[in-house]
Amino acid sequence: MNGKIEPIVGRYVHVEIDGVMHRIYFEENGAGIPLVCLHTAGSDNRQWRHLLCDEEFSRHFRIIAFDMPWHGKSNPPDGANGEYQLTTASYTQTIRAFCAALSLERPVVMGCSIGGRIVLNLAIDHAREFRALIGLEAADFQQPWYDTEWLNRPDVHGGEICAALVSGLIAPQSPQNTRQETLWGYKQGGPGVFKGDLYFYRVDGDLRGRVGKIDTSICPLYLLTGEYDFSCTPEDTLRTARSIPGAEVFIMEKLGHFPMSENPVQFRQYIAPVLQQIRQRKNEG
Amino acid sequence: MMVVQPDDLSIASTFEKLPILLDSDSALLRTGRLLNVDCLLGPSDLPFLVRIRAGHITEMSAAPKTMPSWRFGYTASPQAWIEYWRPEPKPGWHDLLALTKRGEAHLAGDLHPFMTHLQYFKDLLALPRSLASDKSA
Repeated sequence: MNGKIEPIVGRYVHVEIDGVMHRIYFEENGAGIPLVCLHTAGSDNRQWRHLLCDEEFSRHFRIIAFDMPWHGKSNPPDGANGEYQLTTASYTQTIRAFCAALSLERPVVMGCSIGGRIVLNLAIDHAREFRALIGLEAADFQQPWYDTEWLNRPDVHGGEICAALVSGLIAPQSPQNTRQETLWGYKQGGPGVFKGDLYFYRVDGDLRGRVGKIDTSICPLYLLTGEYDFSCTPEDTLRTARSIPGAEVFIMEKLGHFPMSENPVQFRQYIAPVLQQIRQRKNEG
Repeated sequence: MMVVQPDDLSIASTFEKLPILLDSDSALLRTGRLLNVDCLLGPSDLPFLVRIRAGHITEMSAAPKTMPSWRFGYTASPQAWIEYWRPEPKPGWHDLLALTKRGEAHLAGDLHPFMTHLQYFKDLLALPRSLASDKSA
């Protein structure tokens, strides 16, 4: 065998979510503390491939990234018809059901964008189930900057418009290859899926006034935001963190809305100390 | 009487280079191959009426013109253009829609041609970044 084979392994797990059976695709690598990674709206788990292959992290963490239902290789469930729409309740249930299906014991959950927002909801309502929570590009709310009706209509190419809209959220310093790969994920999303995710982000998932309930003594919370993210701005994250005693905030230079995929090398500088801290807490605990 | 600032002149002169910059970018021309539109682009006070045919800029004229007609306009403050054209723009000044979000740019009219060719317009209007890079090289 001459080809280089990556250590990532992909499998499917059958998970019941809100009474409906889903066939969820996930990839994993490593052993140790379970670390579940959530992709951004309208994309899939390939955003995490660099983290999954990290030799150091995978020595201490069982890194797992799953495709949300309707995304990547997690097809819509049998019998699905009508418009896809993610809600706070369905997203929360999906994550908890996935973790239960794999029998993960108090995993760390790290989510980006919508994944960062739902991490805040996990911290509010289910903190005891998790060892630590990490929100990338996370805030309790952010101002809309375009009309989501453009994302799914017959006279506009869905893949092109989704990618073109989010392209500006990538930092100008991010390498061309990883920039294009990040956008490729958006070009491949199913019709209406990005828009359906943004229902949670824009309409249903407004957490203003609720994040003050987060108790970081039960579950540590880390918030990391790229300075070039003008969707969830550093100020959005800092404002959110001001309501959460004990939340640790890092503003990441030369990164945008997709730190783990747009510039994995730059992102590593920021996430490595956070993962190290989580390991230390485990050893001390 | 409108007072023309030095920044306005410099921005207008940069805009006038767009057709040549575009014609040397074959990938961008390919992206815009099906685009035919008349639009208003440039500084808010002195925008250009730009005619695009099959992705090429075939005509540019400083507005106002007698009975001008266009489908959409993307206009921005002089500072917005200066910042957007830096080889490494600052956060919040690096994208056309970041500029509209911060109130430094204005998008109006029938947005369909703009949205169907959003990446084309982002890249077209970023072409002057290469001029700044050349100067700093």
